[in-house]
Amino acid sequence: MQHTFQQTPATSADLTARELDAMCVNESELKHPWWYNLKYSAWGILFGIVFVKAEIVSWFRIQEMFRFESFHMYGVIGTAVVVGAISVLLIKRLKARTIYGEEIHIPNKTFNKGQIYGGLLFGLGWAITGACPGPLFAQIGAGFPVILVTFLSAWAGTWVYGRLREQLPH
Amino acid sequence: MIEIIKQPWPWYVAGALIGLTVPYLLLVGNKTFGISSSLRHLCAACMPANIKFFSYDWRKEAWNLFFVGGIIAGAFIAGHFLMTGAPVELAEPTAEYLASKGITDNSRLLPSELFSWEQLFTLRGLIFFVVGGFMVGFGTRYAGGCTSGHAIMGLSSLQWPSLVATISFMIGGIVMTWFILPHLLTL
Repeated sequence: MQHTFQQTPATSADLTARELDAMCVNESELKHPWWYNLKYSAWGILFGIVFVKAEIVSWFRIQEMFRFESFHMYGVIGTAVVVGAISVLLIKRLKARTIYGEEIHIPNKTFNKGQIYGGLLFGLGWAITGACPGPLFAQIGAGFPVILVTFLSAWAGTWVYGRLREQLPH
Repeated sequence: MIEIIKQPWPWYVAGALIGLTVPYLLLVGNKTFGISSSLRHLCAACMPANIKFFSYDWRKEAWNLFFVGGIIAGAFIAGHFLMTGAPVELAEPTAEYLASKGITDNSRLLPSELFSWEQLFTLRGLIFFVVGGFMVGFGTRYAGGCTSGHAIMGLSSLQWPSLVATISFMIGGIVMTWFILPHLLTL
């Protein structure tokens, strides 16, 4: 990964922006065959079932949330954050290692204006589609093939962002 | 047992399982939770077009695509075998409001009045599918993450920029829901 980035000297703004993305920061040094990735698929399957069964992928639930007329989504996200935070705390306290014995590293996110501009834009889209990226995939799987169009558009949106990135304020 | 699973799951069960994704990914492979990155990896894999942002070895991030593949499969299983067929139970005020906008079909997770192939080729469909999807893809990458990467992973690890992002998501959603969507729904 590093070699790609060393080819062109990056500006500091560039680096700041790059650090925001989860990738390239905490890369495992271990090389594994592809099927090791199936343990992520296994959790993904559970995750997809939860998404559908708790109706997190429902456009209606997102409307309720943004209209402050139901506690459901706040309960889901709030519980997830609490459980996640306790887990992170325990992992740090116990200096837990991965199942392959690697030290666990959680990268820090640095602030940039993209979190505000991009965040607002995503929020607007979230309320229209009723889906953040995870539920987008789940809606397709759950029997709404027409959402493939939304997915393709989100994919295009990501690409256009990459294309325009240098010109956008960060 | 299967009858219990088929009922809609309460928020605390869903929230706990989603929260456990954070330690699971860290413990099995030192991965930080985030779903919107998958869209970036798909760009890098399919049409990098010499764009710096997409010029990296996406294969090293393949785990993320395996995870997303699992989500699709899991949603398929739940959507086809674990449903009771009962309509989505909506909060009374939300149901009334939506009915006043002509959205009454809560028999499935998405209202057929908005999300169907027939709708796709209308002006409203264009906005709900194409414009909405574009904002999700563009916005999440611009923000450096979505609900999973910022709201859950970021807040769990006490990153204040993620709090800024999460608040921005909420403001965007509230503005859309209260000030723009009422007009879009009646298009």
